[in-house]
Amino acid sequence: MLTNLFTISLGAILVENFIFSQFLGICPFMGVSKKMDTALGMGFAVTFVMALASAVTWLIYTYVLVPLSLTYMQIIAFILVIASLVQFIEMFLQKTIPSLYQALGIYLPLITTNCAVLGVAQLNIQNGYNFLESLVYGVTGGIGFLIAIVLFASVRERIEGCDCPKAFEGFPIALLSAGLLSLAFMGFQGLKIF
Amino acid sequence: MTNVIYAILVLGIMGGFFGLVLAIASKIFYVPQDERLEPLCNCLPGANCGGCGFTGCTAYAQAIIDGKADLTKCAAGGPAAAAAMASIMGVEAGEMVREVAFIRCSGTSAKMKANYDGIHDCLAATKAAGNGPLACSFGCLGFGNCVSACQFGALTIVDGIAKVDRELCTGCMACASACPRSIIDKIPYASTVMVECASKDKGPVTMKACQSGCIGCMLCVKACQHEAISVTNFLATVDYAKCTGCGDCVAKCPKHVILDIAPKKVEA
Repeated sequence: MLTNLFTISLGAILVENFIFSQFLGICPFMGVSKKMDTALGMGFAVTFVMALASAVTWLIYTYVLVPLSLTYMQIIAFILVIASLVQFIEMFLQKTIPSLYQALGIYLPLITTNCAVLGVAQLNIQNGYNFLESLVYGVTGGIGFLIAIVLFASVRERIEGCDCPKAFEGFPIALLSAGLLSLAFMGFQGLKIF
Repeated sequence: MTNVIYAILVLGIMGGFFGLVLAIASKIFYVPQDERLEPLCNCLPGANCGGCGFTGCTAYAQAIIDGKADLTKCAAGGPAAAAAMASIMGVEAGEMVREVAFIRCSGTSAKMKANYDGIHDCLAATKAAGNGPLACSFGCLGFGNCVSACQFGALTIVDGIAKVDRELCTGCMACASACPRSIIDKIPYASTVMVECASKDKGPVTMKACQSGCIGCMLCVKACQHEAISVTNFLATVDYAKCTGCGDCVAKCPKHVILDIAPKKVEA
């Protein structure tokens, strides 16, 4: 049981990192990675949403969609859940942690369209995880996202101060370095022996 | 058929349920917001330049509502914004003098003491060995940190020196904080006479480094009939509270570093 959860965690964080090997959630990964502190905030917010979303979607899938044989509706149902969750979190943050709410700004409602969140919900079902496994996969997938975006933000902050060829300035060099980082994460593929 | 009805029912119920939860949540987590906030924000330029000292236009508007700031802080919006906000707040706007940025350097012919081939950035250049490539340690480096800091397109580099377009400048002074040499000053828009040098070096040092540097010779101070110009640390400074823009100092300056932009008087 515990080894199983450990395998799932390791897979979600390193081997099958949502950004670097599944290429999910690239939009906020490129958009919010210019500064370390916003990247951190975004990472935590996404982790939180992914954890909650995988728990709620698993419950809805197992106890509502499957008994009524409506599994083909899962994408619509999941998007409904995720959108409501993000809305709820937005209101919650505005009331309780206004500083974080302001720091995240427009990117908070944009978590709705983060495909890593929908991805984790879908993958939970595809991989046939039970409730606990889904929850762990959601949390660790989010942590994987957090690690990726923080690593990338530090790389980009360094690139800022570098003299890079005119043609590569800004977005192109960011895409290139994202590719190189992703290559580095390919090294974790060997860990699949578990 | 039952499948379709189930699908509609389930999604309908789910949607309705989440909607209800959100509606309740919005009541529980309701954050009271002053109704004047939005119209106030609409009066402001929305560039979030930070010239007012707050993090952005919304933060400034909030500060006005909280009574922490007066209405004249927004340089970019100018008197028009202040008047519009005053009508919302129901108070009189204070009088506002339009101010613009001014770059205290005219050393297009300044001597170089080294060739700089590094990053195209003023800060990086000043960090290079020997305080930058210029012989003058106060002169404009011309790599344009101020130009990229300006949100209003008011700055350009002409002959290696930054120049301010007074019409476009809003006086937010974002450029001044971007300048590693701190040679950007705020001066009244109406002023016509200004000293185009920031060198606090002694006369001979300045003279060696640049042909158009203030050497602190005091000739302008003697020429001024209004006691509006003074020399401290070998550098002339105009006091705009006293300056009448007569231009006497401009004529006397041996290094021609005092600039007069007043329209030339045509003799009748």
